[in-house]
Amino acid sequence: MITGEQKPFDEIWNMVKDFKKVLVFGCNTCVAICHAGGGKEAEILASLLRMRAAQEGVAIEIDHSAVERHCEPEFFQPVMDNVRKYDLVLSTACGVGVNLLSENIGEIPVFPAINTEFFGAVPRSGEFTELCAGCGNCILHLTGGICPIARCSKSLLNGPCGGTNSGSCEVSPDIKCAWVQIYDRLKQLNRLDLMGEIVEAKDWSKAQGPRNFKVKVLEEIKK
Amino acid sequence: MSFREILESGKFAVTAEIGPPKGTDIKEMYHHIEVLKGKIDVANVTDNQSAVMRISSLAVSKIVLDNGMEPVLQMTCRDRNRIGLQADLLGASVLGIHNVLCLTGDHVNAGDHKQAKSVYDVESVQLLKIVEGMNNGKDMSGNEMKGATNFYAGAVVTPEAVPLEPQLVKFEKKVKAGAKFFQTQAIYDMEKFKSFMQYAKKFPVKMLAGIVVLKSAGMANFMNKNVPGITVPQELIEELKAAGKEKALETGINIAARHIKQLKDEKICDGVHIMAIGMEDKVPMIMERAGLL
Repeated sequence: MITGEQKPFDEIWNMVKDFKKVLVFGCNTCVAICHAGGGKEAEILASLLRMRAAQEGVAIEIDHSAVERHCEPEFFQPVMDNVRKYDLVLSTACGVGVNLLSENIGEIPVFPAINTEFFGAVPRSGEFTELCAGCGNCILHLTGGICPIARCSKSLLNGPCGGTNSGSCEVSPDIKCAWVQIYDRLKQLNRLDLMGEIVEAKDWSKAQGPRNFKVKVLEEIKK
Repeated sequence: MSFREILESGKFAVTAEIGPPKGTDIKEMYHHIEVLKGKIDVANVTDNQSAVMRISSLAVSKIVLDNGMEPVLQMTCRDRNRIGLQADLLGASVLGIHNVLCLTGDHVNAGDHKQAKSVYDVESVQLLKIVEGMNNGKDMSGNEMKGATNFYAGAVVTPEAVPLEPQLVKFEKKVKAGAKFFQTQAIYDMEKFKSFMQYAKKFPVKMLAGIVVLKSAGMANFMNKNVPGITVPQELIEELKAAGKEKALETGINIAARHIKQLKDEKICDGVHIMAIGMEDKVPMIMERAGLL
């Protein structure tokens, strides 16, 4: 799932303070799970903004609503007549949602209320961790299911750097060294031979945007 | 004799470091070059060491060369992609710089531009392969180049990394990728280093042991706590403590000299790499006490 965290409140306030009619528009899928941008968070953010507007003596009408997804038009199209009544949409969806809504909304700006971070796992409720970087060329079969692109601070492909420190990363003792984990996992799988092979320089063109693809089968059906 | 010839002849090699400064005032750096010239065999020129922005290692390598000393160009993969690295390798080659130490590079988090975008398009093992390819007249995409390079390529290894096994897997890959010499992270435990060398001697590479002078017991404790892959044994810390504050540095210099002498006399490795870290002036004294001058 996509993770994100709400921007600092002052930054959000500075984005909205000069508008007259603002919709805080939530997305009830990924960013709702990380408590940053679902309908509930949109509602709280709208009331915080109303309180700030009152404090500052600024007249802004601030409402809130949400749909299930901002990343597919079919989810937001049914409510667009209402959305277009505002002069600013403050989206609490991920950046994908902000982009797509912006493309579809017409003359109204769409601003981001959250910083979109990564697509991550939820190892424990309320904790989010990046395990895959979406680099476009998966090598998890060679690394014991542990991604060095996402989980090594330097995205190294041939083993740990000299900064590896008793299982931790040189960047922070809170980050586990991905290559020590890969080594241990391959050892457990009796496949340390995989780590001995030199991995050639990566084709980063697969990881760089703008990226898009079409599902071939669906294309055939359409024809 | 060139660095390659020195190591291949079996002579015990001594390398040290020239750290490019931040800024255009290079008087002190010139002084360090003067102090080291004629004493050490080659000077490594560090590449934005600890991710702190300074004069480029390529420019300073050329200055070192022009001032009568052979440089080892240190190249990290942190700040340049494969195009930039290859372009600088060609640049080094035509400037007469023929030793290169291939490093991954400290993370930007360690330095003074923490918000920088790290590159790591390639890393140390892959950089070694790039150098090998360029020595054979081809860039890393396989394009023929007009004129090949002639680099003597080296790499680093941390003999006391914890855990050690993954580090050794990488060391062996570096050998396979074309590293001809290694300069190690600082080592202090001779017995442990001897056992590392028993393993490393199986490979056709030259090994230079990393020497960092201990300035005080405090510095030793700090390194034990904070520097990955460095372990100063307790008896050396006691030796520094016993010397007292005023004589701690003197004792640290003697420890370094003693280690170098042992490494040479017992033919444990092929040379030493002295990382003076601001004490370049002391390098000749260390060498004298080690019986090298």
